[in-house]
Amino acid sequence: MQFMLLFSRQGKLRLQKWYVPLSDKEKKKITRELVQTVLARKPKMCSFLEWRDLKIVYKRYASLYFCCAIEDQDNELITLEIIHRYVELLDKYFGSVCELDIIFNFEKAYFILDEFLLGGEVQETSKKNVLKAIEQADLLQEVSKFNFSGQSISMVGCESKKFLFL
Amino acid sequence: QDNIAVKANAVCKLTYLQMLGYDISWAAFNIIEVMSASKFTFKRIGYLAASQCFHEGTDVIMLTTNQIRKDLSSPNQYDTGVALTGLSCFVTPDLARDLANDIMTLMSHTKPYIRKKAVLIMYKVFLKYPESLRPAFPRLKEKLEDPDPGVQSAAVNVICELARRNPKNYLSLAPLFFKLMTSSTNNWVLIKIIKLFGALTPLEPRLGKKLIEPLTNLIHRFLISLSSGMPNHSASIQLCVQKLRILIEDSDQNLKYLGLLAMSKILKTHPKSVQSHKDLILQCLDDKDESIRLRALDLLYGMVSKKNLMEIVKKLMIHVDKAEGTTYRDELLTKIIDICSQSNYQYITNFEWYISILVELTRLEGTRHGHLIAAQMLDVAIRVKAIRKFAVSQMAMLLDNAHLIASNTQRNGICEVLYAAAWICGEFSEHLEEANQTLEAMLRPKVTTLPGHIQAVYVQNMVKLYASILQQKEQSGEKEAAQEITQLMIERLPQFVQSADLEVQERASCILQLIKYIQKLQIKEVPVAEEVIALFAGELNPVAPKAQKKVPVPEGLDLDAWINEPPSDSESEDEKPKTIFHDEEQRHSRHRQPEIDEEELARRREARKQEQANNPFYIKSSPSPQKRYQDTPGVEHIPVVQIDLSVPLKVPGMPMSDQYVKLEEERRHKQKLEKDKKKKKQKKEKRGKHHRHNSLHTESEEDIAPAHHVDIITEEMPENALPSDEDDKDPNDPYKALDIDLDKPLADSEKLPVQRHRNVETLKSPDSEAPLVEKKSKKPKKKEKKHKEKERDKGKKKEKEKKVIEEEEEKKVILQDLHYKSSKHKKKKHKKEKEEKSKDKKKSKKKSHHSEEETTESVQNGTLDDEPLPPMSSYRLLAENPYVKMTYDIQGNLQNDSQVTVSVIFENKSTSFLKSMELNVLDSLNTKMLRPEGSSVHDGIPVPFQLPPGISNEAQFVFTLQSIVMAQKLKGTLSFIVKNDEGSTHEKLDFKLHFSCASYLITTPCYSDAFAKLLESGDLHMSSIKVDGISISFQHLLAKICFHHHFSVVERVDSCASMYSRSIQGHHVCLLVKKGENSVSIDGKCNDSTLLSNLLDEMKETLSKC
Repeated sequence: MQFMLLFSRQGKLRLQKWYVPLSDKEKKKITRELVQTVLARKPKMCSFLEWRDLKIVYKRYASLYFCCAIEDQDNELITLEIIHRYVELLDKYFGSVCELDIIFNFEKAYFILDEFLLGGEVQETSKKNVLKAIEQADLLQEVSKFNFSGQSISMVGCESKKFLFL
Repeated sequence: QDNIAVKANAVCKLTYLQMLGYDISWAAFNIIEVMSASKFTFKRIGYLAASQCFHEGTDVIMLTTNQIRKDLSSPNQYDTGVALTGLSCFVTPDLARDLANDIMTLMSHTKPYIRKKAVLIMYKVFLKYPESLRPAFPRLKEKLEDPDPGVQSAAVNVICELARRNPKNYLSLAPLFFKLMTSSTNNWVLIKIIKLFGALTPLEPRLGKKLIEPLTNLIHRFLISLSSGMPNHSASIQLCVQKLRILIEDSDQNLKYLGLLAMSKILKTHPKSVQSHKDLILQCLDDKDESIRLRALDLLYGMVSKKNLMEIVKKLMIHVDKAEGTTYRDELLTKIIDICSQSNYQYITNFEWYISILVELTRLEGTRHGHLIAAQMLDVAIRVKAIRKFAVSQMAMLLDNAHLIASNTQRNGICEVLYAAAWICGEFSEHLEEANQTLEAMLRPKVTTLPGHIQAVYVQNMVKLYASILQQKEQSGEKEAAQEITQLMIERLPQFVQSADLEVQERASCILQLIKYIQKLQIKEVPVAEEVIALFAGELNPVAPKAQKKVPVPEGLDLDAWINEPPSDSESEDEKPKTIFHDEEQRHSRHRQPEIDEEELARRREARKQEQANNPFYIKSSPSPQKRYQDTPGVEHIPVVQIDLSVPLKVPGMPMSDQYVKLEEERRHKQKLEKDKKKKKQKKEKRGKHHRHNSLHTESEEDIAPAHHVDIITEEMPENALPSDEDDKDPNDPYKALDIDLDKPLADSEKLPVQRHRNVETLKSPDSEAPLVEKKSKKPKKKEKKHKEKERDKGKKKEKEKKVIEEEEEKKVILQDLHYKSSKHKKKKHKKEKEEKSKDKKKSKKKSHHSEEETTESVQNGTLDDEPLPPMSSYRLLAENPYVKMTYDIQGNLQNDSQVTVSVIFENKSTSFLKSMELNVLDSLNTKMLRPEGSSVHDGIPVPFQLPPGISNEAQFVFTLQSIVMAQKLKGTLSFIVKNDEGSTHEKLDFKLHFSCASYLITTPCYSDAFAKLLESGDLHMSSIKVDGISISFQHLLAKICFHHHFSVVERVDSCASMYSRSIQGHHVCLLVKKGENSVSIDGKCNDSTLLSNLLDEMKETLSKC
């Protein structure tokens, strides 16, 4: 997979993940172009379209479009499946996810995506494992947050606290 | 800001802004700061931001190397994980090189979470740093059998992606994947594996057969992958096509799309089976969805034949008219042209029809492909002589209607067509009927609004036209008319002289002068036409687009060399006056230029043209208005066209392509009737049953005779062109670099650059103990960092050197390298083996380190060996005398079940020069040396190199054998000439080549359950041995068996291990090795009892040496 884009029906980008190094300018151009073409398609049309030398696989969930670019030889159905799995993950994590969840917790959405895909390849196919990893990382974050607040209250003794919690 | 929390928050917000399209590259350094925060919360955000906005051009990325390395070796698995995730997005070649080793270490991390990520990221690393593939591959292969399904699927993913690009290097993994496929329950993995097989089957047809059975079970889900997977089975293809038809007829658009896609894949291999579904595909052309229409178009491309081309194109033309989106229309247009021009106009029977199609296409508005149409027009007009007359008349019409086409020039590219039209009219002006009218059309003031390059062509071709008109008039004696036309030119040309385009201006002013001169002559009543027309005399040949590239560079010509030494940058003050003088002189000559009269100009141009014609290097791919090859001898050889005028060349009225279609049908009908008549006659003459059989074929394509017997002139190629198939390969393809043979053992030069004391020292040091000491010594700590860096640089340089030379020729490895190798042999310290052995060590070592949560730097490199394994070399001594020493190694050939390759290292021990070495072996009934064709069994094979004193090199010889169950010995002789100061002498060295049974084995990995099945199957013979007095550790023992006898460990429990190997002829060999107090017992099972007992005997011998 080359990249993944999430955008709303209004054409606002909600999430982007690039698995190929491109310059910002290029990215912006691609995004604009794709958002336009995808939005112009009617709901009854198929989820695939050819664009440059890539294939675009997209799917609409409520007001959000999930859009992936894959190479020529890649399988389209599995890409659709990946999109669906990602949506499922988001849904599980946020509890019936909506667009606002992704806007306000975009970093979380990214983290989930990172646990699920790595370098454009599926990394973990088990929903449970992905969520477990995220939860644990979150837990760790909470701990260090707590740790951090301890530090701000009293600068003394923070070193020892750190060791305690880690 | 000082506060890291605030900073992290800011970076987080920046990331969001970046998504909205703002440039945040200025914050790159702050992002790195946040990345290096010790708290996971911030680190996570830092890496997220980095992965979103870093790319290869980010300059601060170099700063991250150490930070990432630190995070990779962090005791916290989530730190490591987040670093890996981030790295996967912004890995650069530099990062890949520096971190490859760290990531490789992580591939054997205790946590599957990390292992999985490390395996996946390796793919990115391979892409950026291909050298890392070979060293990392064995471990990657190991991961295919990882207990964790996540890691396993990650490994499958990576290998699948790798194999897709260069499948042939991964054939040896097929059995492993086959097993995975039959045992795996994970659909995601299955799809990947099937995709992998899709890449492999074209190379190994046998695989296809094996695959059918499991695949038919899965057929619905995997139709798509399947269709690309099995190109060789007509039965299954038929099945596929049937199923696909159902898919395409489905109402679900997605399925329809996929069906068409799969169909086009089948089309590539089995065009026949798809052609029957033409109706369906034409239906799809009417679909609302553009994606589906495009797919259907692709399919059409492969379905045309001589018979249905016109019909299909007609349908497409209707679609062109209906199509609403420009992109789709453009696509249609290119497809029409593609379809028609494919394989050298193979399917076109009537070129007039084609030209009229092209002309019709020019009426399209707003297409971008004007140049494409133009190119086609030019191509057809030049290469199909018979059509020129017709083409010219059509083009003249186009020029006449130029205002229609050019009306909205600025936006569309269709005016490119005028370029072709003008050129064709000019070039073949002799076919023009109303040249006057055309000339006038070209001189219209409107023309000046066209783009520059078209105007330039106009100007040039006006003169051609003018010349032919002039000739015409002079011949018929109409002097008035001739002068009139000259006057017209003189009146109208100035509008071009004022053009802003330099090319147009230059040509126009030049021609204007020329014509003024002609006018003068005309007034004097001198006939000029002949001379004017001589300007453009000569035939024009199409030149193949790659012709220039194929002209070999003459020997001794170095295109990169300076012809004159470049002037030095530091020109001294003294030289200045000189240059000023030069300037003045040039100015003088410039002043003089206008004085040269027109005749002189014409003469010069003529001379230049002559020069160009005679210069073989003056070739342009695009036909240009200037004529070349005036007296090239090739012209006469161009086949002259014979026209079978069964079709009237002119169709009354506006020639619409439809009329041609009708005409064509009529013609065909007529032809058919004629043929039938003939057939009947034949039948009457010979009443044989078998003749009726013939008549059945009347409808077949071959019977449709083309309307014109058109000889399509083949494109010209330079005589001494080099045939090369590699023209189309893109040297910049990133995946090319990964085309690496993975079955070869690792060479010393290919180790990953590890941060440690490099073998630079070991290379140089004559003392064999030094490298060991180096290795044992603990990694230098931070204080020594600078020193370390230096070392690494050295290492890098070394690496680069080696890379360059290796590219030249794999087999003849650099002398230095070889020298190094051979010196190693002497000391019995083959590094490669050592590395392999030490891997196991490393793994266990690392695990313990991690569990201790010891974050010393030494962990990440993990190169220390507490207990170095005794070095082993697979090379055995073959023969030795005071001049030369030969060591050899025998390897089974995976691709051929009756061949082994013997690698012999020749080392020159003397101080003389060894040359004309020839190796000969007395063949036995069973074993024969593979000699080049045409040489007798008594001929020796020359060794392809000479040996200077003290140098060694390796040569490979292939032997064929019939039975492999017994060890064999072959007698042989090496003859060579020793040359030194005193002269040269002929020397000989006899040797005995020992083919042990182990050399027929190929190390093959095996799963424990497959192994168990094998043992249970009961068709293996059993035998066992016991060796006493073994003192070495079990680990070493296994290593020895693996190394010398090509086994792989299947499972190991305490002091008991099962091992597996396979012979080149497919015998399975299973071993159970048990270690007692100081004895070892080995139980073996094998398909062939003789082979087994021989193998065990050999093993006994090896072990008793311990």
